[in-house]
Order: sequence, then C-alpha cells, then structure tokens
Amino acid sequence: MPGRDDSPILKTSHLLGIEGISVGEITALLDLADDYVTLGRSAEKKLGLLKGRTLINLFFEASTRTQSSFELAGKRLGADVLNMSVKTSSVSKGETLIDTATTLNAMRPDILVVRHQDSGAAELLSRKLDCCVVNAGDGSHEHPTQALLDALTIRRRRRNFEGLIVAICGDVLHSRVARSNIGLLSKMGARVRLAAPRTLLPADADRLGVEIFTDMREALAGADIVMMLRLQQERMAGAFVPSTREYFRFYGLDREKLKLAKPGALVMHPGPMNRGVEIDSTVADDIEVSVIQEQVEMGVAIRMAVLDALARGLAAAGRNAP
Amino acid sequence: MTGKRTAFLNARLVDPASRLDVPGALLVEDGKIRDLGPRLFHDGKPADAEVVDCHGLVLAPGLIDMRVFTGEPGSEHRETLASASRAAAAGGVTTIVVMPNTDPIIDEPSLVDFIKRRAGATASVRVLPMAALTRHLAGETMTEIGLLMEAGAIAFTDGDRTIASARVMRRALDYASTFGALVVGHAEDPELSAGTAMNEGEFATRLGIPAAPTLAETIIVERDIRLVELTGARYHLGQVSCRASLDAVADAKARGLPITCSVSAHHLALNELDVGSYYTFRKVKPPLRSEADRAAMVEGVASGTIDVIVSSHDPQAADTKRQTFAQAAFGAVGLETLLPAALGVHHDGRATLLHLLATMTTAPARILGLEAGSLAKGTPADLVLFDPEVPFVVEADELHSRARNTPFEGRKFQGRAQMTFVGGVCVFDRARDADS
Repeated sequence: MPGRDDSPILKTSHLLGIEGISVGEITALLDLADDYVTLGRSAEKKLGLLKGRTLINLFFEASTRTQSSFELAGKRLGADVLNMSVKTSSVSKGETLIDTATTLNAMRPDILVVRHQDSGAAELLSRKLDCCVVNAGDGSHEHPTQALLDALTIRRRRRNFEGLIVAICGDVLHSRVARSNIGLLSKMGARVRLAAPRTLLPADADRLGVEIFTDMREALAGADIVMMLRLQQERMAGAFVPSTREYFRFYGLDREKLKLAKPGALVMHPGPMNRGVEIDSTVADDIEVSVIQEQVEMGVAIRMAVLDALARGLAAAGRNAP
Repeated sequence: MTGKRTAFLNARLVDPASRLDVPGALLVEDGKIRDLGPRLFHDGKPADAEVVDCHGLVLAPGLIDMRVFTGEPGSEHRETLASASRAAAAGGVTTIVVMPNTDPIIDEPSLVDFIKRRAGATASVRVLPMAALTRHLAGETMTEIGLLMEAGAIAFTDGDRTIASARVMRRALDYASTFGALVVGHAEDPELSAGTAMNEGEFATRLGIPAAPTLAETIIVERDIRLVELTGARYHLGQVSCRASLDAVADAKARGLPITCSVSAHHLALNELDVGSYYTFRKVKPPLRSEADRAAMVEGVASGTIDVIVSSHDPQAADTKRQTFAQAAFGAVGLETLLPAALGVHHDGRATLLHLLATMTTAPARILGLEAGSLAKGTPADLVLFDPEVPFVVEADELHSRARNTPFEGRKFQGRAQMTFVGGVCVFDRARDADS
C-alpha cells in the first residue's frame, strides 16, 4: 500500500484479549484496518506481507464466520493457511490440549488462531507455543477480534467513542463477545449498559464499570448503539429463561423497543442471529439501522490488521524469540 | 347524581391500616368507601341510603386469605371457585389467593386468564391466582414469569411442593427478581419428608406413624433465606410451623432481607396431640407440631415476625380422607374457621384486635401489592362485620365449602363473621343464611 508505515503496533506477540491491550494499540489497529477495508473493496485484494508465513486455524468449536474470516484475511496477506477442525484432529481421539500444542509447535507455524470452548485455552497455548497466538474466542472469556471489528464498525459510522451510549443486550453471562466489548468500549470512553434478565447477568457485573438494567426498555432509552447477543439454543428452554416467546417479549429487539433508542441508533449483532428470539427480522434486515452485514465485512479487515501487526513482531526466522 | 349508597351505623370501626378502633359509622357509595368516622351520621340517619345497623359489632376490612387450594379446574368434586368463594364469604374473607396446584396446573398465561374469567363469572369474592414457579410443578424449569404476570398472576409458587434443587431455586429467584415478582416458597425437604405423615417425636413413635423432623422444614427455610440473600428476590414463606424456622426468618428480617411469612390458622390452634387416634382431618402439610412449636407460632404472630395468618384451605373429598392415616390425603378446609381460629390469639390476650386483623388485611395487601385490606376512603368497600365475642361450635355440616374436612369439628370458638360485603354488595348474611 502507498505510504505504508511498518512501525510496530502491538507490544505483545499474542492477541489474547482486549484486557491486555492499550487505547493506543486499539486505535492503531483500527487505523490499519481502515486501510484494509479500502483494499478489500478494490479489485486486487491481495498483498504479499505474510508471504512464506504459516497460519493455522485451530477451531475446537464450529464457526463458519470467524474461521472463514481469518482464512480470508491470511490469504489476502499472502500467508499459507491451514484449517484444522477438531473432528479431523487427534484431539477428538483424546489428546490433551498441551499435546496438541506441542505437536503443532513442531510444525513451526508463525501464527495460530484458536477457538476453544474453555476459557483460558488461548492463554495456555500461548505459553506452550513459540508462535503468535490469536484468541478467536475462548469459552465465556474473550473474543478480541469481534470487539475490534465492532469498534471499527462503530468508528466508521460515529467517528468517536467518547460519550457514546452502547446497550449490550441478552446473554451476557455466557458471552465472550460481551466481555471483550465491555473492555474495549469502556477503554475508548463509551458508556456501556448491559440489559438482561438476572439469570443471564454474571455476578458483580456492575464491577465491570457498566450500568446494569433488567428492563431492556430502560437500557435502550437514549442509546446510540444497540448491540444484541446471541442466545444459545441450549439456554432457551427453562434453565436460564423460561421460553423463547417470553425472551422475545421482554428481551427481543423489535421496532417498538428500538424506538426508545436515540433516533438513528445502530443495531449490531455478532451473528449468527436467532430471528424471533433476540431480534426481530424487520429490525435485523433494515439497512437504515442494522449494520450486521457491515460487521462481517469489517471482520476480514480487522483480522488482516491483527495478522499484519503480529507479523511485524516476528523475527526474520519466523519464530518468536525463545 | 350519585349511585347506590349504604350506611353502616352503630359499628365498631376497626381499621389496622390507620390504627383506628372507634365506634362510628361508614358510608359506601358506588361500591367504594366514601366516608367513615365517629361523627359521621351522629346527628341522624342519612336520607337516600340503605341502612345496615351494625349493633355495635366490628366493621373491618374484608379478610385476605393468601393460601387457598380449590379443585377448579380438574377436581370440581372437591371445590369449585364458586363453592370456595361461598366458604370465603361465610368466613368474612373477601379476597382469596388461589394456588396453582390444579389439573391442569396453572403454569401457562392462558390458564391464569381462565381462572380470572371463571372467577369473574362464578365467584362472589375476589379471586387472585398465583401461578406455578416451575413447569408442571416439577421443580426443574421455571415458568414464563413475565408473561404470567402480564396475564394477572399475583405471585409464583409450587404450592405445597418444595423445589428440591437449589440450583433451580436460585435461578427461579434470580429470574423472578428481574420482574420484581413475589415467590412463595414451601419448606419441606422432599427427601426427609418422603413417605411421612406427621411430626417426628414421642407421639408419632407411640402411634407408629412415619414422621418427619421439624428440620425438614428448617433446612429449606435456611436454604431459601441464603438464596434470597444472593438474589435479592422477594420471598414469602407460605407456611412456617416450628420455632427453629421462625428464628431463621426473624434473623433474616433483622438483616433486612425481603422475606415475609405466613402461618396457617390450624398451626396456631392445634398441635400434634390433636392427631389423637389417627384423625385424618388433622393430617396437614406441614404436619401439626409440638405444643412448644405451636406456642412459638402464637408468639410469632404476637411479635410480628409472622406477617400473615392464612387458612391453607385445602378441600379433600371424603374418599381420600376415609383412609388409614398413612394413606389419607393431606389437607384441611379452613376458609370459614380462619377468623375464629385466629381470634383465639386475641382472646388469649396475646394480640390486640388491630394487630391480629392486620395479619389478614394490611399485611397480605402490602406483600401482594393490593389496594384492598383497609378502610381507606375511595377504596373498594370489601368489608366484614363480625362479633368477636359470640361463642359457637364448629359443625362440619354447616360449612359452605363443598368439602367438609375441617380439623375443627366440635371445636368451641369465639367470634365469627356476621355479614360480608364485596365492593359494597352483601355476599353473606348469617341472619339470612340460617333460614336457608
């Protein structure tokens, strides 16, 4: 790209969570990602920045969107991309995560992107591997690239985070997206509200520096951004909420509830959506308010920025210093 | 232009809400209390008003009974909403809160609506439905508390079933607190009380009846208190029956937790010895306790630790009570003996009439968020006129309930309802009732 600045962006050699990165690092990543949005919209989308580098996508949980987004990001930067899914790996044959890490390490990858159902899995791998580790979602802990892509989507529409009121609604308890977004948006100066039934709010959530609401209408009042969370199928029937119809009635985003938000408020969702559970189709598909498709586009750009930034820290030999 | 007016003259006005206990008169207009006081009509009878001469009897807010089981829908041979309301009216009770333990169980918004419509069409007193806290009362998955509240459920309970799983109870309380819903708990550890029929102790040993210790109750009370502390949900213990549980509630209240409790009138008036020779009408849930525990309940009412006195009206057909003690059904009717049995606490000098009546008027109204339960001007004229002194003997044949399983057959009480009014309309008049 013309006028390219190759100075380092990240202080660490991994991206494990929003918690470990600074406002400056976030801003630099978003700036870089803006360039990649432009690139992604041009005919020639490919660069050779990661030529010769190996990227492994290790997904212990199925994910169409995140995995393909990382794959595309890696390929657009010229890396060799290997997708490992759990069904075909020896993990399903009983191998421990550490054994898997050791095995992968021997293949000398440069960047490992990992998604795991348990919180802390990415962190564990980062301690056992010599390559850069990107957390693509660990349990109910963090999903940093999702928060970054959400931030990019917001920044391109609103320019500034300062004072923005963001209502994050739904299953906060189990959501890594919520945790990463709370961290990022708070750092950037936005005011974060959480709206959920008490069964889906984590303990001491108010200690996270957010405002807590059990009435979604109150949370939406005056909000600039409405961020909906996915309600997992297995949590719908009785254990955490009594039924999908009750959930939709009180916590589903429909036209009526959206009217309480600021005029022109943006609606976001990390996908995949449960239509008629947490979001009404008339809202989700309304291009005037919904930026859900845009989030997907921003996802590729953000992941390119992250891979690029991590690669800048790699030694010429391709490995992190021992 | 005014509507129908009724003047109650020569009354002893007793209103716990305003701590009023004076001779005086009360005027009802269009079903609402228009005015009252010692000087009202003192210079003559009102023109254009129907007059009820109270002959110095107590005129008080109609009673609110927070714990009534009926058989409608599903077991109409035991009790319908209409027959329960007749029993209520005869007992001076103008609002009954009905339990969801019917067939089908009230765990769906449409069934709450059914109870309301059915009561509106057939019942002479106000009927407020509680809905199930868990689906099918199975103690596993919570009900649609938000939608049920919108349909008109006044509170949430599994009735006489305890939710065994602390995890389910925790989530249900958490979820209920989201909506500010009231949860009414029943405290009998299902494992400790499984297969038992009475209170554990010497008397059960002599009778050879399988029995549960009081701590089957206290364990659950203490668990629920801890869960309330964690979740902040509003919790009402449906029935307290022993001293240890009462102490736990008193402690919880002292710590400022949103906890209230009821006692059944039969736990104030009877003890385990009243089971006598396997008298199945005195087989109730929780079981009648020791005399020390009964005395503790009276003390709890007197001190105010116990907020509410309920009837725990639970009509049972003859066939389910004509059984051995072990096999007989639990439950006793109580709507018509609630006031007389409760008045015992007053006659024994343990509570003023104002204090006692508060447990069946202002306290349940406050807990349930009702407008009823006071003589405040402008509120619906739900009234009971009763003689607190008149002695009588309970005779099952004279009860208005469809079921006759009273635990008080032959018992001598003092004080009972003479007339009952709902929204200013007379729904019971003992003078006319005797003729029929």
